[in-house]
Amino acid sequence: MNAVILEAKHIYKQFYDPVKFDVLKDINFQVRAGEFVSVIGKSGCGKSTLLYILSTMDTDYQGELLVDGVKMTGKKEKELAAVRNEKIGFVFQFHYLLNEFSVMENILLPARKLAKKTEAELKERAHFLLNKLDISKLAEKNPRQLSGGEKQRVAIARAMVNEPAIIMGDEPTGNLDKRNSEIVFATFQQLAQEFNQSLLIVTHDPEFAERTNRIIEMEDGRIIRQ
Amino acid sequence: MNTRLIIQIAYSLLMARWKQTLVAAIGVTFSITMFITLLSFMTGLNKLLDGLVINRTPHVRLFNEIRPDSIQPIQKAPGYRSHYHMVRSIKSGNSRQEIYNSGAIMERIAQDPRVLGLAPKITTPVFFNEGNIEITGVVYGIDIEAESRLFFFTDYVVKGQAADLKNVSNSIILGKGLADKLLADIGDIVQLTTSQGEQFRLKVVGHFQSGLQELDKTQSFASIKTVQKIMGKANNYITDIQVKLTDINQAPKLAKEFNKVFEIDAEDIQTANSQFETGTSVRNIISYAVGITLLVVAGFGIYNILNMMIYEKMDSIAILKATGFSGKDVNRIFIMIALGIGIFGGLTGLLMGYLLSSLIDQIPFNTAALPTVTTYPINYNPVYYFIGGAFSLITTYFAGFFPARKASKVDPVVIIRGK
Repeated sequence: MNAVILEAKHIYKQFYDPVKFDVLKDINFQVRAGEFVSVIGKSGCGKSTLLYILSTMDTDYQGELLVDGVKMTGKKEKELAAVRNEKIGFVFQFHYLLNEFSVMENILLPARKLAKKTEAELKERAHFLLNKLDISKLAEKNPRQLSGGEKQRVAIARAMVNEPAIIMGDEPTGNLDKRNSEIVFATFQQLAQEFNQSLLIVTHDPEFAERTNRIIEMEDGRIIRQ
Repeated sequence: MNTRLIIQIAYSLLMARWKQTLVAAIGVTFSITMFITLLSFMTGLNKLLDGLVINRTPHVRLFNEIRPDSIQPIQKAPGYRSHYHMVRSIKSGNSRQEIYNSGAIMERIAQDPRVLGLAPKITTPVFFNEGNIEITGVVYGIDIEAESRLFFFTDYVVKGQAADLKNVSNSIILGKGLADKLLADIGDIVQLTTSQGEQFRLKVVGHFQSGLQELDKTQSFASIKTVQKIMGKANNYITDIQVKLTDINQAPKLAKEFNKVFEIDAEDIQTANSQFETGTSVRNIISYAVGITLLVVAGFGIYNILNMMIYEKMDSIAILKATGFSGKDVNRIFIMIALGIGIFGGLTGLLMGYLLSSLIDQIPFNTAALPTVTTYPINYNPVYYFIGGAFSLITTYFAGFFPARKASKVDPVVIIRGK
């Protein structure tokens, strides 16, 4: 068995607006290295809420969260930022590329923040990723000049640049047409197979989910199948 | 590395909205320009006005005041020590205006390291005779070299040669107003009567204009020797010793010291001209107040632009945070943006301030009262540039402080889920 990358233990969360409402109830699961996991469920079942807790960005919950064997619960904002930088890659529904920077600089941004390698090594890593994702000719372009599918692939390259322990995605294909969705899914699959990359993708597209290694299905704040 | 990255991101965000940035920077530039120009001009003017008096006034003046003796003989008598003394109708004693032992005092003062120099002087009231009209006036007997060196006498001689006072015997330099009354041009002879009733004829070698018209109507200058001759006094007769110090602020202390050591009246410039100090400081306060107000207004401009920028860049802030930038990093990015505007605007402002003040320095400014001044006075004091630069940084820092704090508190989950 591969090492456990991500582990949720008895996670609960409530919303208080307008009335107290349990969004997540006793969530327990693990993601192991190299797994390609999808989380599905109806709108409002809490799957996105869960993802943001797992991503360490949301700290308002009960229970315990471990990333790469280290307990995240109770850590300071600055420490969590460092964990996100090094261990977690994000792909959102919207691409969130910075228009002020070129594609290359967007990809390098988290790596420069981590600053564990020389500039030359980082560039090499970025070119390697661009090649793998088949978008090397876009390196010096501005994100504004890119199509939706291309932007999402750049966002994936950005998520990958620090060789994270896990990549999390919140409806990464939600904004894309059929053809681009296909490309993005293929990219994820390639990452899982070639780099043994762990992936945790929230989606409401059952077709997408069907093709992943493992499906976690949620309903009314609980995991009903995994 | 982290700092470089943060500066790079701040720079990119600034450049992405360079027009807004420029407007904000121009606000700072404008206020710093006005701050520098205002202060340079205002203090230049202050210096000029003060110079009118201060250049011509000794820092410490030693003289003998005619007044009743503060210790009457009865008080010295041992037999009446424990008595209460009632002395009626006290008169000023037969004290002379002359400074006793003036030669030794001057020698001693000249050796003091705190003293820049000294100039002896005799003051005597006279009547100028013009036909049957008598005009009251004052003749100052001066050491023309010391007077020129310490009190810029030559600057105020508008006609004729100051040095002729020494070179031509029995010569006099008349105040401009006095010369006009006497219709006395250079080379003419004026007649004057001393308080003792002696009459003398002196040759006019120059006109003098101090800038203070009332004074110019009464005062005139002759060499010390000439005045001693008019008054029939010996050649050690001196009524005033004017002392100029290396540091004007030492004047009150030295005046006290001289008073004690030489047993002579000593007046310092601060006591003699306290109103000038007050005027100067009030004008300075006004200039600083206007300058700082301008900067604060510019600060609000920066605050607004940064606030807008934060709303515009919510997405960017969210993704920076999601990919591992902490709240502190985001805070530093926005502080850096504010400081960038401050540094750029401030430096340009300092340069523009210098240029504008040099421009004002070229504008002709001729007034009868100020013969030595031909253009508007500007004071190029580096201290103002330093203060201006520091203030531009401080105000922009505070203008950026609150927006930056707001940016650092942006919750990426709210932004990203809101889409």
